[in-house]
Amino acid sequence: MMMTKAHSIECREAPVNPDGQVSLWRKVMRGLAEAPPTGLLGLVVLFAYLFVIIFAPWLAPFGEAAVVSDVYEPWGGQYLLGTDSLGRDIYSRIIYAARNTVGITLLSTVLAFVIGAGLGMIAAVMGGWTDQVLSRLVDMLMAIPLLIFALLLLMVFGSSVTALVLILGCLESTRVFRLTRAVAMNVSVMDYVEAARLRGENLFWIVRREILPNILAPLFAEFGLRFCFIFLLISSLSFLGLGLHPPTADWGAMVRENAMLITFGRMTPLLPAVAIAVLTIAVNLVVDWFTHKASGLSK
Amino acid sequence: MNQLLITVARRLGLGLFTLVVISLVIFMAVEMLPGDIATEILGQMATPDAVAAIRQELGLDQPVLYRYVEWLTGLLTGDFGQSLATDQPVLGLIDDRLINTLYLAGTAAVLSVPLALGLGILAALYRNTVIDRAVSMFTLSAISMPEFFIAYVLIMFISVQLGWLPSLSKVDADQSFFERLQLTILPAITLTFVTCAHMMRMTRAAIINLLSSPYIEMAYLKGLAPWRVIVHHTLPNAWAPIVNVIAMNLGYLITGVVVVEVVFVYPGLGQLMVDSVSKRDLPVVQAASMIFATAYILLNLIADVVSIVSNPRLLHPK
Amino acid sequence: MIDSKHLDKQARKALTSRRGFMKSAAALGILSATAGSFALPAFAGKAGPSPIRGGHFRLGLSNGSTTDSLDPAKFSDVFMQSVGFAIYNYLTEVTADGKLVGELAESWEPAPDAKRWVFKLRQGVTFHNGKPFEASDVVATFNHHRGKDSQSAAKGIVDPIESIETDGSHTVIFTLESANADFPAITSDYHMAILPAKDGKVDPNAGVGTGGYVLNKLEPGVEAVVTRNPDYWKSDRAWFNKVSFLAITDTAARTNALRTGLIDAMDRVDLKTVNLLKMDSSLIINDVDSDQIYYFAMNTQTEPFNDNNVRLALKYAIDRQDLVDRVLKGYGRVANDQPIGASYLNFADLSQRQYDPDKARHYLKKAGYDSLNLELSTSSAVFTGAVDAAVLYREHAAKAGININVKREPADGYWDNVWMKRPWSMSYSSPRGTADWFFSQYFAENANWNDTNWQNNRFNRLLTEARTELNPEKRTEMYAEMQALVRDQGGWIAPAFSAYVSAATKKVQHGKIATNRDMDGNRIAERWWFEG
Repeated sequence: MMMTKAHSIECREAPVNPDGQVSLWRKVMRGLAEAPPTGLLGLVVLFAYLFVIIFAPWLAPFGEAAVVSDVYEPWGGQYLLGTDSLGRDIYSRIIYAARNTVGITLLSTVLAFVIGAGLGMIAAVMGGWTDQVLSRLVDMLMAIPLLIFALLLLMVFGSSVTALVLILGCLESTRVFRLTRAVAMNVSVMDYVEAARLRGENLFWIVRREILPNILAPLFAEFGLRFCFIFLLISSLSFLGLGLHPPTADWGAMVRENAMLITFGRMTPLLPAVAIAVLTIAVNLVVDWFTHKASGLSK
Repeated sequence: MNQLLITVARRLGLGLFTLVVISLVIFMAVEMLPGDIATEILGQMATPDAVAAIRQELGLDQPVLYRYVEWLTGLLTGDFGQSLATDQPVLGLIDDRLINTLYLAGTAAVLSVPLALGLGILAALYRNTVIDRAVSMFTLSAISMPEFFIAYVLIMFISVQLGWLPSLSKVDADQSFFERLQLTILPAITLTFVTCAHMMRMTRAAIINLLSSPYIEMAYLKGLAPWRVIVHHTLPNAWAPIVNVIAMNLGYLITGVVVVEVVFVYPGLGQLMVDSVSKRDLPVVQAASMIFATAYILLNLIADVVSIVSNPRLLHPK
Repeated sequence: MIDSKHLDKQARKALTSRRGFMKSAAALGILSATAGSFALPAFAGKAGPSPIRGGHFRLGLSNGSTTDSLDPAKFSDVFMQSVGFAIYNYLTEVTADGKLVGELAESWEPAPDAKRWVFKLRQGVTFHNGKPFEASDVVATFNHHRGKDSQSAAKGIVDPIESIETDGSHTVIFTLESANADFPAITSDYHMAILPAKDGKVDPNAGVGTGGYVLNKLEPGVEAVVTRNPDYWKSDRAWFNKVSFLAITDTAARTNALRTGLIDAMDRVDLKTVNLLKMDSSLIINDVDSDQIYYFAMNTQTEPFNDNNVRLALKYAIDRQDLVDRVLKGYGRVANDQPIGASYLNFADLSQRQYDPDKARHYLKKAGYDSLNLELSTSSAVFTGAVDAAVLYREHAAKAGININVKREPADGYWDNVWMKRPWSMSYSSPRGTADWFFSQYFAENANWNDTNWQNNRFNRLLTEARTELNPEKRTEMYAEMQALVRDQGGWIAPAFSAYVSAATKKVQHGKIATNRDMDGNRIAERWWFEG
């Protein structure tokens, strides 16, 4: 008797839909409530960046490539963070760079996932020769360090936006393949998948209905990690002068362009780098939060 | 024992095969260069005679596979071809720089490995305490920062404001050991930051994994002192995952070195590679890629072999 | 509001006024004198501490490539020029006052006219390898650059030499195709380093010369080390015991190296932050006005630059004053698409072309284009603000419907792989003593450094005719027409002349600094010294 009472006090049932499922909204709210503070911080920062990216033209006082004043003006007044080596407003360029850098990173990550996760699931479900061939191929491609391979391909194809997205997307898809195949393998040996196979469902149905929904959590976490990796890689490539061309604003390139100021003790060129670091940390925090959720571990 | 040898031999063979495939990939990637290489090189001076002469010098008339085999055998005998930009043997261009890069990577490794291991083990032992959280936050920040950021911050504080160390790493063979170290220490610290952070996280995870095994719990229950548990019962089994972690991160060191060399103007292989990519100096890029890839594969190979060799099931088969 | 930055700019403008330049023009005008027999300048003339021997001088240089070679015929960047002037000597030398004096030549005279020049050589000079210097060395050296198939950068200026003979062991006779009053000046060109001959030939890569320093080591693109030649025949030069030339192409790194004491002097101060650098009390900034010129070279034989309308459009599409203000920060003057500046005797002072996007559009339309997409290659190897200049040009040209894609090339190997290879690239040049010298090296049709591949018949004819013209007024007219031809039909978009701005620690001392080349005529190794 007492147990039932305690049970009824502690365990309030969530309102259910006619389907018998808990609504998505409720799930999200519960997730947020249970989130660790670092995870929430990460999420807030992510939304802040998203805001800046979407509303860039309204937030930036000057144009991306507009020469507004003398070079290396100090902070303050009209030019919040001063001007750069050409006299362009640094504050505006940092805002626009968010679009450029994050944009390319997102495109590459999405491409990496479309290729990598797609092939990974197929390999896991089909097994046999397909799996062997794909896995060996990926192993070989992964044997070359990523930056080196990227540099090699950039030399061949030049560093246009298309080339960058394609090269990085394809190279990173190998890592996504590995992970997807591993987690999909775990699912594909389950009984219900076996049952679907016996029923005669085709490959794509199995992948879409049985495999994919059950690996969303680790895939999501991996998306975050891949995003960070590609993001840092693109910034480094731009820093090296092999990424986006001038005068496109890009955080990595901006650090390089204004590095002269560091010789004189001015911090300005470090700001775009801070922007990179903060976004990466935020994504990592969110990924950590989701990994914890997915593995069911309590903190 | 036989089983062990066979497994190791198989792994070595696989490594060798991977190297050959990689060399093929590197060679073929360059073949995809759009446009005619000869005309690109000659530019304004491209008369039909000159173009023909260059084509012959580069051997572009010959079939691809023939050129590939030539290149590969050349690599093995130390003939890395001629640089397109300087007309000098690539080997001469590379040898000093390779040594410099190895020196830098080596210094960074010497700094980061003990630090990472020590911190990782500590964090694992004191997991979920404040120390662990703080270290965790710190390492998360470190792996989230691009290397050039860390490099410039270090330059700003240690070189510009404090004046302790130079920010330009002009090393050369004639310097004393101490001089060379002084020029290398700042870039090495930069590399250490990120590599150490990666290694620390992985070590911590590996140790935690081990510590939660039943036999360790048993050891504790038996009443053994914690340090005894660590040293006598955990560490012997920890070598394999730890070496794995170290090898993987040393592989990461290879790519981290590129950006650091550029920031500190350190005359290493990474900087040469970046410049050669911009100049489209094919032979140099191919040779440098091969060297980096070989080092990477070698390190992974060592990691695999160590974990095979330290696998008790293989060491003491029934 | 008047502040220090504003005042600075005004001061700069005053210094670079035409009047200031005419004065030095008179000095350089002596280069065109017919006969000359000058003694080596004694070190007198500078108030201040007298030079002291000793010390290890470390010079950081902005250029330096793995493709650098000891062969003077291939010298193309500041690094090898500086090393060259340290280890080699030349027949003549340009002093800090802009006068041409004898170095390895004691005297020279036209005999009987400017078609035949007799040089009397200095006695008692030995090369670093012990071989005594004599006339056969001069002949072999010059022959190294001559010839139909010569790859030497000096080919354009030695082509007019018909024959070279010796008369005894210390006299050389040059016979030219046609009279040229300015011939002696050419012998001071940095390519014409005198090398020891063996069996009538020189070994260009040996690095053996008669200069104040002996080559210890050269690692191209990295470093060169030279030590003092104890038997140097100039008693008042080469004060340092040892000189290290360090190639530090990255401007921030080079500046940092100077500020942290890794080097004692550097070239090419970053003009954007020169005011910040001036605040460092341990350093002295030297700036010297000159007719050093920055330009964009179009290959006039490839599309679309082969149409002069396109070339004119591009020349009108650049805002020269904006470049001088923003990129050169006032350390320079506007230029007029041709290299002859106010310091030259035959400077024509043609009407200055201005930024005019409408005219640019007009010429573009004449060429048949509504808009144009072009790629411009550049690098910090050209000058520290070169990439900024290109990006600014892009902004200016956009208003004329011209879309410029700026391609940043790596500094290493720029002069071998980009300049003269890409259809449109940036470059710079130090002034030459005379218009004939400059035109012969860069604009004559068969010159190896004709970086625009310009083949203009009228210009080429004028060039050879002007050399023999004795009437000075007619001469001036001919050179004026040549300058106009280059300005209006040539492949150079030359927006600015620039001062030489370098920096050194307070310990480093020097006399008057020359204006003909960077770093005191590139002779910084032998002219400067450390204070006691």
